[in-house]
Amino acid sequence: MNAAIDHDVILKLVDVSKVYSGTVAVKRANFEVRKGAVNVLVGENGAGKSTLMKIIAGVEQPTLGRILLEGEEVSFSSSGEAVSRGIGMVFQELNLFGNLTVAENIFATREITNRFRKIDSREQERRAAEFLERLEAGIRPDMLVEDLRIGQQQLVEIAKAVSLDARILIMDEPTSALSAAEVEILFKVIADLKASGVAIVYISHRLEELIRIGDYITVLRDGRITGQEKMKNVDTQWIVRQMIGSDAKDFAKADGHVPGEEIFRAEDICLPRVTGGLAVDHVSLSLRTGEILGIYGLMGAGRSELFDCIMGRHGHATGTIFIAGKKVRERDTTRRIRRGLALIPEDRQREGLVSILSVASNLTLASLSRFVRLFHISGAKENQAVAQMVRELAIKVADPAQEVSSLSGGNQQKVVIGKALLTGPKVLLMDEPSRGIDVGAKADVFRTMRKLSRDGLGILFATSDLDEVMALSDRIAVMSNGKLTGMFDRAEATEAALVAASALGHGPVPHTESHAHD
Amino acid sequence: MTDIPAKASVASASNGSVLLTLMKARTFIALIAVLIFFSIAAPNFLSAANLILMSKHVALNAFLAMGMTFVIITGGIDLSVGSIVGLCGMVAGYLVLNGIDLQVGYTIYFNVFEIALITLAVGILIGAVNGLLITRLNVAPFIATLGVLYVARGLALLSSDGRTFPNLVGKPDLGTTGFGFLGAGRLLGLPVSIWILVVVALGAAYLAKYTPLGRHIFAVGGNERAARISGVRVNMVKMFVYMFSGFCAAIVGLIISSELMASHPATGESFELNAIAAAVLGGTSMSGGRGTIGGTIVGAFVIGILSDGLVMMGVSSFWQMVIKGLVIIVAVVVDQAQRRLQSRVTLMQMAKAG
Ligand SMILES: Nc1ncnc2c1ncn2[C@@H]1O[C@H](COP(=O)(O)OP(=O)(O)OP(=O)(O)O)[C@@H](O)[C@H]1O
Ligand SMILES: [Mg+2]
Repeated sequence: MNAAIDHDVILKLVDVSKVYSGTVAVKRANFEVRKGAVNVLVGENGAGKSTLMKIIAGVEQPTLGRILLEGEEVSFSSSGEAVSRGIGMVFQELNLFGNLTVAENIFATREITNRFRKIDSREQERRAAEFLERLEAGIRPDMLVEDLRIGQQQLVEIAKAVSLDARILIMDEPTSALSAAEVEILFKVIADLKASGVAIVYISHRLEELIRIGDYITVLRDGRITGQEKMKNVDTQWIVRQMIGSDAKDFAKADGHVPGEEIFRAEDICLPRVTGGLAVDHVSLSLRTGEILGIYGLMGAGRSELFDCIMGRHGHATGTIFIAGKKVRERDTTRRIRRGLALIPEDRQREGLVSILSVASNLTLASLSRFVRLFHISGAKENQAVAQMVRELAIKVADPAQEVSSLSGGNQQKVVIGKALLTGPKVLLMDEPSRGIDVGAKADVFRTMRKLSRDGLGILFATSDLDEVMALSDRIAVMSNGKLTGMFDRAEATEAALVAASALGHGPVPHTESHAHD
Repeated sequence: MTDIPAKASVASASNGSVLLTLMKARTFIALIAVLIFFSIAAPNFLSAANLILMSKHVALNAFLAMGMTFVIITGGIDLSVGSIVGLCGMVAGYLVLNGIDLQVGYTIYFNVFEIALITLAVGILIGAVNGLLITRLNVAPFIATLGVLYVARGLALLSSDGRTFPNLVGKPDLGTTGFGFLGAGRLLGLPVSIWILVVVALGAAYLAKYTPLGRHIFAVGGNERAARISGVRVNMVKMFVYMFSGFCAAIVGLIISSELMASHPATGESFELNAIAAAVLGGTSMSGGRGTIGGTIVGAFVIGILSDGLVMMGVSSFWQMVIKGLVIIVAVVVDQAQRRLQSRVTLMQMAKAG
């Protein structure tokens, strides 16, 4: 590793190992962070990326090994110490207080006070607004964090880290819930920070992103560092080879099977917003058996809300849905699941997982009735189903009885997917299913989707990733501002058309004519 | 990568893991410790008569603690159980003495079996009121059950104007005799209440472990939102746990008034605290999602034996309180220490495994 001399090394990990109960997360890793550059870290789910970063940020302590900050050996016993030495981190799983406002979150533990030690919330909100402005987030600093969508929360998390004025800024999958537009803005911010000499560590599973903004790349595999290069010397293929030891599996190709008859139809779905206007605005669509309908849109386009309405999570939503031609009268989630709907929610921490239960219990939570005779859960049948899912989705877990919170982010996502699949649905709603999973797993999930559709499932799948939606969908619906603004067959869909449709009606003020309808 | 955990589990039996096993079984060890201590310190402690007497005391708390365990696992709390005990005792006593006056010149008298059923129904009903307040009206469990605590106690006092219903022997010609069986009867040498405890406890443990409802109780306590999206009927689960808690409290009400052959409206005051203590001592987490019936029963035994033993030793009731409080605190501290130790031990095993 004598390639790079052009940027100074500010932080160095020497032979660092980290052992958790049940797994060795990092094995004798040597890692250098360079000033004024974007240091990229990639690796499969569970490779140890987050762990390595948590060690730098003082959240976890290394079992073995040394940390050198500007040549001086340091050890942080808490993230507070790391922050005081100028190390900030955007965590993969959001770490925000839902019951506090955006500004209060940004300045949590560093509250701005006046002479009498009273918190100066006016000043906090003003400063918070500056950071949010920089991210063009459109979030008011006095909003409660729990009222924000997950993508917005991620922006708050980023604003919080940026506001630390850190010398080393670690970003662990900062863009997993963002769509293209926000990513662009984030990249501009990163470029600014880089120019002012900040060392940035960037983790993502979106390889194009890495190629675009990275200066140095380090690849982790099974806790070991398997490659370190300058970004300009490598391409995606190289990254994938270092990551998984072989070439990338393709996105599953369309296999030419023809969708059957209609399995699902939604008519005139509306959902009023608390702040007035409609979050879902008279959306109607239909889905056939064996069809994958991609729903593309930007953040806040109303895709998740549409799914929520379909699942019966909002009592005040209007509109009707039909499954296999029959009107669904059930209004609650439980009975809609019984009718054959299943949802993979976007926010796995809050809605996808019961974090203190085991991997196995989480997987079977929605489908327990399948394993029940009379009222007894058959352990054998349950274990068999769990083992099958762990195998099919390649969930990396030593023992399914382990708590699900001990899995890496991507593997947790696979558990959420597995849970929905085990219910044996007729119609599967997937909200950003590939959030945080690595290229290999993504290919696995997409292949599973293809297989399911071949078996006659209808799949509705929301994503903000253009490539994904183009590669997977039989048809593509575009949503913008709560409305359906486009519906394309795959043959006629072009990226430009999708992007144009997704920007329709994106004015600063929500249109008012919708009130006339109600 | 995957071979490492396997190796680690082979490399067991180090000092740390022995300590860990000890800590995991801490409630059980505490139980054995108090047994040994009192059998030395208190004469007659180990006599069969005393053991049976103590287990009858323990059983009362154990019933309440089981109901409480489910409630706490869902992330709630039930403060009303003590009052339900009192009210159900009064209901049973009233029915034995007075029957139900139909206002048209007739009075229906029930036999003891029917009285027991009605009393249980009353307990379940009050539990359902708790459940409805919490699920439909969104009242916080602490507040809802606190309110019901007062209401139920008030009703118990009103039912007799604060007096005791004495002498519940019943009249042979009305078919109301035999009420004493629950409290004083024996089957195969053991008190009836112990048998009931065994049945209910086995049922509850089975429910927790092997039925969807049991799994759902844990899921609701762990993450209510995720449970709801997974199709768990959160409201139904909550209704169930409060109704089960009411059911357990009604059993206790029946047993106590049967033992005394009298119902007193103040019966059961502060029982809810003992029940919570037993659940926590048995490893139930107050933040929900964690707990076992077995642990709770052992917890109830520790608390029960501790207080009976101290009484036998002639320790003043003031000191008894202090000691009971300390035991609860120590139990929770050890619980935390165990969690920390657990990860440390695995580390050591890993290090050995290389
Ligand atoms: N608290 C924990 N207890 C036990 N094991 C853990 C814990 N946290 C992480 N692990 C394990 O450590 C390994 C590395 O996890 P880590 O979160 O660093 O992966 P990652 O590279 O960030 O993956 P992803 O891309 O999915 O986020 C995984 O096998 C994971 O199961
Ligand atoms: Mg991670």
